[in-house]
Amino acid sequence: MSTPDVSTPGATPILEARDVSKSFFGIEVLHGVSLHLQPGSVHGLVGENGAGKSTLMKIFAGVHQRDAGTVLFDGEEVDFGHPIKAMQAGLATVFQEFTLLPERTVAENVFLGREPRKAGFVDNRGMSAKTGALLAELGIDFIDPNARVASLSVAEQQIVEITKALSFDARVISMDEPTAALADHEVELLHGIIERLKARGVAILYVSHRLKEVFDLCDTVTVLKDGALVWSGPTTELTPDSMVRMMVGRSITSFFPGALEGTTVGETRLTVTDGGNGYVDGIDLDLRAGEIVGVAGLQGAGRTELAEAIFGAVPFTRGTMTIDGEPLVVRSTRKAVRSGLALITEDRKAQGLALHQSVLDNTLLVIRGVFASRTRTVRREVPGILSSLEISFRGLDQEVQFLSGGNQQKVVLTKWLATKPRVVILDEPTRGIDVGAKVAVYQLMRELAKDGVAILMVSSELPEVIGMSDRILVMHDGRITAELEPGSSEETILSAATGTIGGALEEVA
Amino acid sequence: MSTATTRPKRRMRLDSTVIVYIALIVVIIIGAILVNTAGRNFFSLGNIRDILTGMSVLGLVAVGQTLVILTGSLDLSVPYVISLSSLLAAETMRGNPNNIAQGVLLALAFAAIAGLANGLVVTKLKVNGFIATLGVGLIIKGYLDTNYQGSAGSVPAAFQFIGATGLGPVPISTIIMLALATLVFLFLRKTRMGHHIYAVGGSLEVSRLSGLRTARPIIVAHVICSVMAGLAGLLLASRLGVGSPTVGSQGGYDLLSIAAVVLGGTILAGGRGSIWGTIGGVAIFAVLDSVMSAIQFNPFLKDVVRGVVIVAAVAIYTGRGVERRRARFATKEVQR
Repeated sequence: MSTPDVSTPGATPILEARDVSKSFFGIEVLHGVSLHLQPGSVHGLVGENGAGKSTLMKIFAGVHQRDAGTVLFDGEEVDFGHPIKAMQAGLATVFQEFTLLPERTVAENVFLGREPRKAGFVDNRGMSAKTGALLAELGIDFIDPNARVASLSVAEQQIVEITKALSFDARVISMDEPTAALADHEVELLHGIIERLKARGVAILYVSHRLKEVFDLCDTVTVLKDGALVWSGPTTELTPDSMVRMMVGRSITSFFPGALEGTTVGETRLTVTDGGNGYVDGIDLDLRAGEIVGVAGLQGAGRTELAEAIFGAVPFTRGTMTIDGEPLVVRSTRKAVRSGLALITEDRKAQGLALHQSVLDNTLLVIRGVFASRTRTVRREVPGILSSLEISFRGLDQEVQFLSGGNQQKVVLTKWLATKPRVVILDEPTRGIDVGAKVAVYQLMRELAKDGVAILMVSSELPEVIGMSDRILVMHDGRITAELEPGSSEETILSAATGTIGGALEEVA
Repeated sequence: MSTATTRPKRRMRLDSTVIVYIALIVVIIIGAILVNTAGRNFFSLGNIRDILTGMSVLGLVAVGQTLVILTGSLDLSVPYVISLSSLLAAETMRGNPNNIAQGVLLALAFAAIAGLANGLVVTKLKVNGFIATLGVGLIIKGYLDTNYQGSAGSVPAAFQFIGATGLGPVPISTIIMLALATLVFLFLRKTRMGHHIYAVGGSLEVSRLSGLRTARPIIVAHVICSVMAGLAGLLLASRLGVGSPTVGSQGGYDLLSIAAVVLGGTILAGGRGSIWGTIGGVAIFAVLDSVMSAIQFNPFLKDVVRGVVIVAAVAIYTGRGVERRRARFATKEVQR
């Protein structure tokens, strides 16, 4: 199974990659990857986060340029220097972050830059009609071509992206985790659309984390691991087990440090009773000292919103909270910090750091803002905390924008450790950081737990949730829908997260 | 706000242009009552003509400003473009009706070049629109201050006629302004360039990824904006009979036009807004001014009222826009 099988016989591939390599800042993230897509088929691209799926996809889309290897589209070598070139050639991509203008209508977005004209003037009515016809081809009748995109749901916006791809007469459509933010019935809808596209002879490159989808939908699969091709061939030759083994390639347990000696789960530190606001509802939660509670769920399930509610960024409007047995009312983040809460946000650059300021200023941000009188003391502690996290940087006065993701995250962690929190909420704490920094973060979480801090960790990476959590909460549609034992399988968590309780995944698992 | 758990229905969003005109009607009603209690008639032909006249110059500038703001830029150079256009026209005409065409063309050509400069600095030198137009404005101001001590030139009677006459109670200048507003409206709605003005203001990156040449809409918007300011300068010259180096800055057309645009529901970040909203905003300012002078309101407090109106309007709009993420559950009042 280790020999890459890319020589599947069949018709001429519509898209083919041969030995494609790509480096960023001297680090090779793709090592000679090959794959090929047949018209009218769905090709799954799977692998862990950081395996190189998105990079490969962006090379096809013309967002990145390959360093070595060839890409053949319809039998000819292509080199798209700009995404629009790829689109015009018939190779469209639906990215995870949408490329739509929220304030414009569906039709205006679909035909942006190519607005149909009549006698020199934009034919708005014709544009709507064409958009309506494209939507109808996908079997969609509930999206008004004249609706503002901002008024549509995520799934509907995704359909608009696909419609846009279709309007270019795309023969290949790449989709980067298209179901990540969708509810169940919306996933079905998307799969229906993909079947229709297949029937038209469109080839689909489908990136997904959901194994069930890959097995349901994909005719062929390519597995990537750490930027290298592991396997490529028909889906029927794989079992979910063999696929996961190829994707992960190592045992999960060795990666995650276990609880430190002397860690005891103690008194309840934080409780939430029937908490709710516009984004989450019916939240009952208790975090105990020394405990790490993982929160799993799909994108858009309300995990970040839960973290923000507890931390007072978007406060609960119903329900009650206590901290160490005392009633706790958090209506602002300032109050949260004063009460001993800390939130390591999901978006490090936008929410966690002042990028143009120094390491020192960033680490003192919260202290200066909330506990100004402690600034001098903390100022002396900061270098120690930083070095205990094994940060590598030029000095306290270096601007954080020049640090790597992992080192930036260590600055954020230092900022919060300086407040000596009782409850630490981490939202995607290891997103976009290297393995070494990940282990440092895990180690730190274990140390905090040993010191009696209660930890709530929101994460999209299931191995992380499984490897680190003493308890696993699963959110779906703004509510906590399941509480699972430590060491639950990915399948169990996923089925709870997708709302198919005890469900459909069993047959695959 | 009935039950805690039902999902809120997809709300029909009240178009901000509609809100502007509702606000205008409210202002007119309150104004009419105030003016009547002061013993004057708000709806007299003379008063209506005054209000419409008041709309014309600001309307021209604000329509242009709308385009620039839609692209996500800003134009602070308009007062100086207005002043220099009035001077160039008046000096070229020198009271001679045969020179009208020349004067008008020269003034508008100058305005177009100023706009082109703004647009190029913003798109090619990547200078923020605020700074770019401030700089270009200051350059023109410097020229005005060194070369003109006071009014100069004179426009012939035929040209003064434009600023002084009307169809019934509707001044010609206002008709010109509304006709140009309609043209710009159609430009935005019916041309690719118009669509792309919204697109680059909405997101430069999305526009770029969609294959737009993103500099063009911004440059075009700046040129049109300056030409509209040039027209405003011509109109003012026609009213004054002379060109004036301070007529633009005294009118405060930079900030007032931006205020009118924002009052009209166009967002400063760009990408959303409408010409008719702007016209509504201009009308609200004109009615306020007229009412305040009719009831002999303390002139120093006029700006206070204007300021309150602008801040209140923006607060209302952003209040509506804040809920970016769509709420999943209704928020019930706190019960602790």
